[in-house]
Amino acid sequence: MGHTLSEYDSKKLLAEFGIEVPDERLTQSAEQAAAAARELGLPVAAKLCGAKVSHKTERNLVRLGLENESAVATASAELLAAATSDDGDVGVLIAPMVSGRRELIAGLIRDPQFGGCVMLGLGGIFAEALKDVTFAVAPLDDIDAHDLIGALQNQMLLAELRGERETNRKALAKLLCCLGAIAEARPNVASIDLNPLIIRDGEPVVVDALVELVGDPQ
Amino acid sequence: MSQDILDRFRPLFYPRGVIMTGVSQHPGKFGSVALHNLIRFGYQGEIFGINREGLECYGHRTYTAIGDVPKGRADLAFICTPAKINPDLLRQCHDRGVRAAFVASGGYAEGGPDGVARQRELIELADELGITLAGPNGQGLISTPVSMCAQITAPFPPPGPISAVSQSGNLATSFMNYGVLSGIGFSKVVSAGNSAQLGIADYLEYFAVDPETEVSLVYMENLDDGRRFLDAARAHTAKKPLVVLRGGTTDQGTRAASSHTGALASNARVFDGACRQAGITRATTLEEAYETAASFAVQPLPRGRRTLVFTVAGGWGVLTSDAIALAGLELIPLPDDLKSEIDKLVPPLWSKNNPIDLAGGETRDTIPQVLELAASHPDVDAIVYLGIGTQDGQGQAFRSGKFYPDHGLDRMAGFHQSQDLRYGTAAAEASAKHGKPILIATDLVYTDREYGNAGPTGVKQSGRLCYQSGHRAVRVLSHMVRYSEFLQRRA
Repeated sequence: MGHTLSEYDSKKLLAEFGIEVPDERLTQSAEQAAAAARELGLPVAAKLCGAKVSHKTERNLVRLGLENESAVATASAELLAAATSDDGDVGVLIAPMVSGRRELIAGLIRDPQFGGCVMLGLGGIFAEALKDVTFAVAPLDDIDAHDLIGALQNQMLLAELRGERETNRKALAKLLCCLGAIAEARPNVASIDLNPLIIRDGEPVVVDALVELVGDPQ
Repeated sequence: MSQDILDRFRPLFYPRGVIMTGVSQHPGKFGSVALHNLIRFGYQGEIFGINREGLECYGHRTYTAIGDVPKGRADLAFICTPAKINPDLLRQCHDRGVRAAFVASGGYAEGGPDGVARQRELIELADELGITLAGPNGQGLISTPVSMCAQITAPFPPPGPISAVSQSGNLATSFMNYGVLSGIGFSKVVSAGNSAQLGIADYLEYFAVDPETEVSLVYMENLDDGRRFLDAARAHTAKKPLVVLRGGTTDQGTRAASSHTGALASNARVFDGACRQAGITRATTLEEAYETAASFAVQPLPRGRRTLVFTVAGGWGVLTSDAIALAGLELIPLPDDLKSEIDKLVPPLWSKNNPIDLAGGETRDTIPQVLELAASHPDVDAIVYLGIGTQDGQGQAFRSGKFYPDHGLDRMAGFHQSQDLRYGTAAAEASAKHGKPILIATDLVYTDREYGNAGPTGVKQSGRLCYQSGHRAVRVLSHMVRYSEFLQRRA
């Protein structure tokens, strides 16, 4: 089977390939976490971060909307205390809060017939029910990427809607092309999940990322 | 490159002679049926039937052994003998100069592990001998440029610009049946059988460079190499439309996957995406697949989505307008200058909008005139024309009743018939002149069981397809628009 990179390292890999990721800090203590929050500007989110940390939401390892430094320090101390030996090396990732009412999911898989394929789908609470997802075989050029976006059934959710700005399709297309580029350049990447990809003021923001590599960790 | 591909397939689709194994005097045996069809439909090359006793079949001399066939006279072998003797036959055929084989015999990979081994052995031998091998376990192939019907089933369609490959023999038959009905026929059709050496991608590579193929039609179930298929499809659609009907796509079984993306992936979804990227036209039903391929073959490609509906009565136009909206095409407001031109031709009762409904105000030349005006307008990309055959429907009622030919019915029925007969041609002429598709739909294609109504008959005579309903015409049109947009994006 494969192994995963931590959220922090996953986002570093994405950034190497030109995908914009939020400015985040990996911290090792409550004090560092509070300092990072001060630098980034409040409110922030704190997440337990490590290569072996999975099911963050289910295990309550994500704390959102921390409004002041003492809340950040308390939350970070709790997260570090919640880590088990199975989680391996961990830290606390301090990230700016990203709010937006629309969520997408994007990713990369290795399909047994077509090889590397990029996915885009609706995220959020209706994602499971609607299963509005589309795929394209990597690598993608700009036309492929725009067609991939255009192939989603619920186009209205990308348009200007109830005070939300229209989704920046160019930015989204660029992100999808970058995922395709990773598929080509990094054969050891087995899969990528960008979930959620929150649309904030029309711009797609990678809020969480998980890169899975083939083979065992070195 | 493309010359290599043409050379590889030439003996399969343009053989100068065919060796047919397993021929007998029993008209129920596959070998005899295939021989019958080859002779019956006038194959232009030489035929060498092999029968152990050398018996005459259908007035045709046979040979007792492949070794008796004069060297260099046959380059295709049609094989429907038991699997276990086929390697030996293939060697003998090769010795006579054969360079391609269609293997109809079963008993290969479709039938368990022994069959898989036999198939591997057969293909290794074919590869070693440099033989292009179609099948095994296929029903045959046709090639109209050489009048070759080498298959164990009917029909033999009229010649035409479509080429088809099918992973199911009976779907190949259905495609050809539609060709017989509509008159829009085929260049080549092959039942790929188990696709052991030649797969869908190979046939697509060939159809893409074959000068006699203008559009390809595929029925497929299995895909062994997605990347090769994608590459072949892209090369094809860059030059010619490709229509694919795929069976087994409701298998949405998601995969065991550790990622969310993986859990949402399925063969069907990934295949949909690959087809979209490659500009493949995906049909969901047999009739849609044929009608779309035939329309690509005979209609000009629309430049955009701006659609005009022309109808002789209201309801058809209303339903078709709904279909246009659902298909994402654009039912344009009737341009003012077109409105004033039509105003000069018909009484004021007409719709003055899109759909153009003449409300019975047409006279002898109105319909051809309006079609010409509409097709010539720069804001119009495509026209759907409804209600052809209505006049001749009444004409037939006149002709078949007891008042005929008195009371002026003789003259009136004749007028209706000749009018409806000329509309198809008028539409085809306006369409060709302005390079815009005009799709004609009437249920009479189906409901007039004698197929005698002058409306659909005229459409057929014009070389075009007459659709059974407005929504089927719109479905086809939306495929054509999407392919056209694909080409424009990739230009």
